[in-house]
Amino acid sequence: MSTPPENTTRRRLLMAVPLAGAAVVGVGFWKMLSGMQHGSFNPHNINAPVLNRPVPDFSVPDQAPGQGFTAQDLRALTQPVLVNFFASWCIPCLAEMPTLMGLKDDLPMWGIAYKDRPENAAGFLKHSGNPFTRLGNDHDGRVGIDWGISGVPETFLIGPGGIIRWHSAAPLDVDTIRSTLAPLLESLKKS
Amino acid sequence: MMLRRLSALFLGCALLVAPVLVLAVDDPSEILPNPQEEARAEAIGSQLRCLVCQNESIEDSSAGLARDLRRVVREHVAKGESNRQIMDWMVNRYGNFIRLSPPLSIGTLLLWSMPVLALLLGLTIAFFSYRRRRTAPVAPPPLTAEEKARLADLTKD
Repeated sequence: MSTPPENTTRRRLLMAVPLAGAAVVGVGFWKMLSGMQHGSFNPHNINAPVLNRPVPDFSVPDQAPGQGFTAQDLRALTQPVLVNFFASWCIPCLAEMPTLMGLKDDLPMWGIAYKDRPENAAGFLKHSGNPFTRLGNDHDGRVGIDWGISGVPETFLIGPGGIIRWHSAAPLDVDTIRSTLAPLLESLKKS
Repeated sequence: MMLRRLSALFLGCALLVAPVLVLAVDDPSEILPNPQEEARAEAIGSQLRCLVCQNESIEDSSAGLARDLRRVVREHVAKGESNRQIMDWMVNRYGNFIRLSPPLSIGTLLLWSMPVLALLLGLTIAFFSYRRRRTAPVAPPPLTAEEKARLADLTKD
């Protein structure tokens, strides 16, 4: 018993539909995963809205051993500055400190102690070294919310005029600096 | 017997509803004195994602940031701001990611239209399979002489 030829082609076509569907899904997943690996796609990137915007209105009081600052101070800048949220209770911040210390001669850094007691933050900086030229304290975490941070450490690159040019919600490491931050700084200096 | 069944049913329903009522307000001083305002703050908060434990709302989470955001929502509600204003305040800082239900846009069009598309697809499949069954009942091909002989052989006493 044999089936008519048009019936077999139709059956073959029907067989191809799920295969094609699986292929499309596979390519989609592959693109997503490779994007996650190269850093071009980050599903947890919750801070996208702040990029290329001026810094929010805020002011942080002095945190020993530095002087506090406000949004106006950042908007008055003519050179790029790195703003880093840290806390003495945060282990990744401690791990990040040597990287910041290595970078401080190339790029000025301003620090904000997030939800931290002033004496604890001061002790932390005495222990790990202080890369910051200005230091503020955000005791109740409200400034952090205005900047859209969801934890510490988070780092923002502020371009001239107080525009947020780059953001990282992970501890800075040498690879990130070399692959992302350094080229961006170059382009900021040229413009 | 009837009474026991009824009470079991009631208990089952209560257990179903209970998790919805349990919110992570760990401190009674967080709650607004005006119950209407508190209800509105809870409704807004249940639509906001906790950015630390990302599949919980800020009303369900006991993370520090969720507590701070709950307080912010209540302050804005007490100031008399609309739900829309408070939502915009949050989205302005954290992006659309903070909304547990994403807004309708080009990027989320497929997501939002999926229930309708799935229903249409199901209806189409059901329609065609129903019609095929109605119009073309599959008649088995007649038995060959060989098969007839074998059947007679099998069914004889």
